[in-house]
Amino acid sequence: MFEGVPLTWFLITGTIMFFVGIYGFLVRKNLITILMSTELILNSVNINFVAFNKILYPDHLEGMFFSIFIIAVAAAEASVAIAIIINIYRRLVDINVEKMNEMKY
Amino acid sequence: MTPNQLMFAIFSAVIIIFSILTVTSRRILRAAIFLLFVLVATGGLYFLLRFNYLAAIQLTLYAGGIVVMIIFSILLTSHIAEKLEAPGLKKIIPAFFAAAGGALITIATILQHKFPTEVISGSERTDIRLIAKSLISTEKFGYALPFEVISILLLAAMVGAIILAKKRKD
Repeated sequence: MFEGVPLTWFLITGTIMFFVGIYGFLVRKNLITILMSTELILNSVNINFVAFNKILYPDHLEGMFFSIFIIAVAAAEASVAIAIIINIYRRLVDINVEKMNEMKY
Repeated sequence: MTPNQLMFAIFSAVIIIFSILTVTSRRILRAAIFLLFVLVATGGLYFLLRFNYLAAIQLTLYAGGIVVMIIFSILLTSHIAEKLEAPGLKKIIPAFFAAAGGALITIATILQHKFPTEVISGSERTDIRLIAKSLISTEKFGYALPFEVISILLLAAMVGAIILAKKRKD
């Protein structure tokens, strides 16, 4: 309980966001929308870490540091992924995953 | 309903609605803007939990940096007026059942588990000095090693992104 807001509310919000991200990851065909679903998944995990940190162990900061590191990894991942997507677009002039069977050089 | 509960309800409603719109919108630029709303609302949840530093990182790095990068790559790779083709039912139904089933199982598990309900009092606001000291400390609860590892990872990602996106001379 955090000032009237139970921990489970945060966890349920994070769960719904995570599985919406999974749905988008499975359904979408454009590479950039798949990347956006991945960002949703990573972000929902951050909510859980932060809520656990604040509500169960308010004197520690572990959850916050894990969130910071996850954000850093997400930024690195997004930059490399976008570089790869632009490179693919330059070669194939399309970023549909179903046409991505020609990645072998 | 306390003001905190009201704010939480608003933020979580924004998160859920706009994350669903992010994965279903057929205009890709709109999907990116919906993703921006989701990330800003998540920053609002961090402010609600009094993690001001983390909320600032979320707003600048995620909402500012990553979304702008995604929008740039959208503008580079697709036409603005173009609509994505709708995924077929053959793809939607298994994905929907996988996601809904997983969500139901997880939420049922969360609701069954007994979390401690008493309010554990702690420091009201995280001190920025404490964060900085823990990031470079090598003692218990210190994060010097992950900090160095993440800096090497960022350097590697930067070099990799430049090499991948560079024009080849062939």
